[in-house]
Amino acid sequence: MIINRSRYMTQSIAKFLIWMGALSTIAVMILILFQILKEGLPVLHLRFFLDSPKNMGREGGIFSTLIGTMALTGVAIFFGAPLGVGTAVFLREFTRESKISRVIRFGTDCLAGVPSIIFGLFGFVFFVIQLNMGWSILSGGLTLAAMILPTVISTSEESIRAIPPSYREVSYSLGGTKWQTITRVVLPSALPGIFTGILLSIGRSIGETAAVILTAGSSLVMPTSLFSPIRTMSVHFYILAREGISMEMAYGTGAALILLVLMINMMAQWLINRYIRHRT
Amino acid sequence: MPVKEKIIEKIFFLIALSSITILALITFFIFEEGLPLILKIGPKAFLLGERWIPSKGSFGIFPMIASSFWVTFGALLLGIPLGLACTIFLAELIPPSIGILLRPAIQLLAAIPSVIYGFWGLIVLVPLIQNYLGGPGLSILAGSLVLSFMILPTIITISEDSLKSLPPSYKAGALALGATHWQTIWRVLIPAARSGIVASIILGMGRAIGETMAMIMILGNAVKMPTSFLDSARTLTTNIGIEMGYASGDHRQALFATGIVLFFIIMGLNTLAIFLSRRSVH
Repeated sequence: MIINRSRYMTQSIAKFLIWMGALSTIAVMILILFQILKEGLPVLHLRFFLDSPKNMGREGGIFSTLIGTMALTGVAIFFGAPLGVGTAVFLREFTRESKISRVIRFGTDCLAGVPSIIFGLFGFVFFVIQLNMGWSILSGGLTLAAMILPTVISTSEESIRAIPPSYREVSYSLGGTKWQTITRVVLPSALPGIFTGILLSIGRSIGETAAVILTAGSSLVMPTSLFSPIRTMSVHFYILAREGISMEMAYGTGAALILLVLMINMMAQWLINRYIRHRT
Repeated sequence: MPVKEKIIEKIFFLIALSSITILALITFFIFEEGLPLILKIGPKAFLLGERWIPSKGSFGIFPMIASSFWVTFGALLLGIPLGLACTIFLAELIPPSIGILLRPAIQLLAAIPSVIYGFWGLIVLVPLIQNYLGGPGLSILAGSLVLSFMILPTIITISEDSLKSLPPSYKAGALALGATHWQTIWRVLIPAARSGIVASIILGMGRAIGETMAMIMILGNAVKMPTSFLDSARTLTTNIGIEMGYASGDHRQALFATGIVLFFIIMGLNTLAIFLSRRSVH
């Protein structure tokens, strides 16, 4: 009886501690969001988004950094998405478990773990210096494309795997070629999952700072071409906060950044719940 | 027709090589830029040297290696118990009403940019530490606390996957033998999912060692051997992040050489984690 009671006692204590751990994680999460949004939301007027930063960012808004963020993310997705989806299609449709697929998976897993500052160093020597693109949207975007590749690959692969084999069998039995099966059956069915991966990658690109500051620079001038240097919102936020240029503007940019990332993440989660969990 | 199909297959194959090609390019360029300096001053002087004075040509990164490990160790000290608690909570205890809150909270933790974490640490944790524990506030402790939350999503998602992929018979068997729910979790489920959980912790460790921007903002960046958690410190990543903007010549090569060391540590951890998680699948 005593033994019995003590093990239920242990269980109660353990469960209590786990509850505490889980609740405190939620609490910290809310605290981080609350503290930045509380100070930052009042700064967010329409003018803040539509005015360019003036006087090093002490005044004005974040317009040019918003454009910079979008341009950089656009380039990253433009190059990263086709490569990632293509890799996933190859891994799922063209090869079974083989030596080459193991090597590709290992490379992808390793790439996923490479810290962003290393991507930054690589982008700096390769794109900025060797390929002579300078600090530019293109250098930064290509570096980010390399960085988001593992995310795009794994989410696309996941959603291609979830397609029932019967879909392909029907296509082949109707005389469809491999190419037709991929473009008309596999990719359309995997689209929600692929789109989720792209959304997550957009979120990651928007939040990235270390790799971007080394490859796209931190110029506040409005970009005119793909070879212009730019400053993204994250880099702007970092510089405002670290150099103590303006706390008000830092809070505002931080709040805008959080809202943007929140929105994108919520869209991705909605897609996952709507299309992927549903089917499997 | 078959010719066209063959060409398409080749194209997809080339695309699929992109990730491994990028990995190879990264490795090549980091080494090409950094290795000459390591060879010039000698690996021992570089790795174990304690003085980093770029203007005088001393490039010793031992304090940074030590700091990286202190910060990471601190982050794991809090991150592992919290991560395990959340994992068990999500996989075994979750009442739906809280689950609705916790899952998005963890996904958000993963989505928040690291500069936001750094800023939060700077405005909230640093003053608290300065006022109540003393020291400069910008410290290893502040860095570790922030990192422990940044690595939670990595630890939780991967270990939850490995708990969930266990055959249901494990749990059913333990409960049928009269074990309490907690005994089942602690003595059966966790040990069975061990390699996945260890892999998640190793990946979390990699994430902690690799974090840059948040650490630049809260570690204080002083180059010295850490002696307490209240000291300010400079890690391998922050060394690169701070000085890369203006470094040139030997100094820049030394930063790439710092990158090589970081790359080695991360690749070691990655390979270990991949090996462990493969084992947990089979």
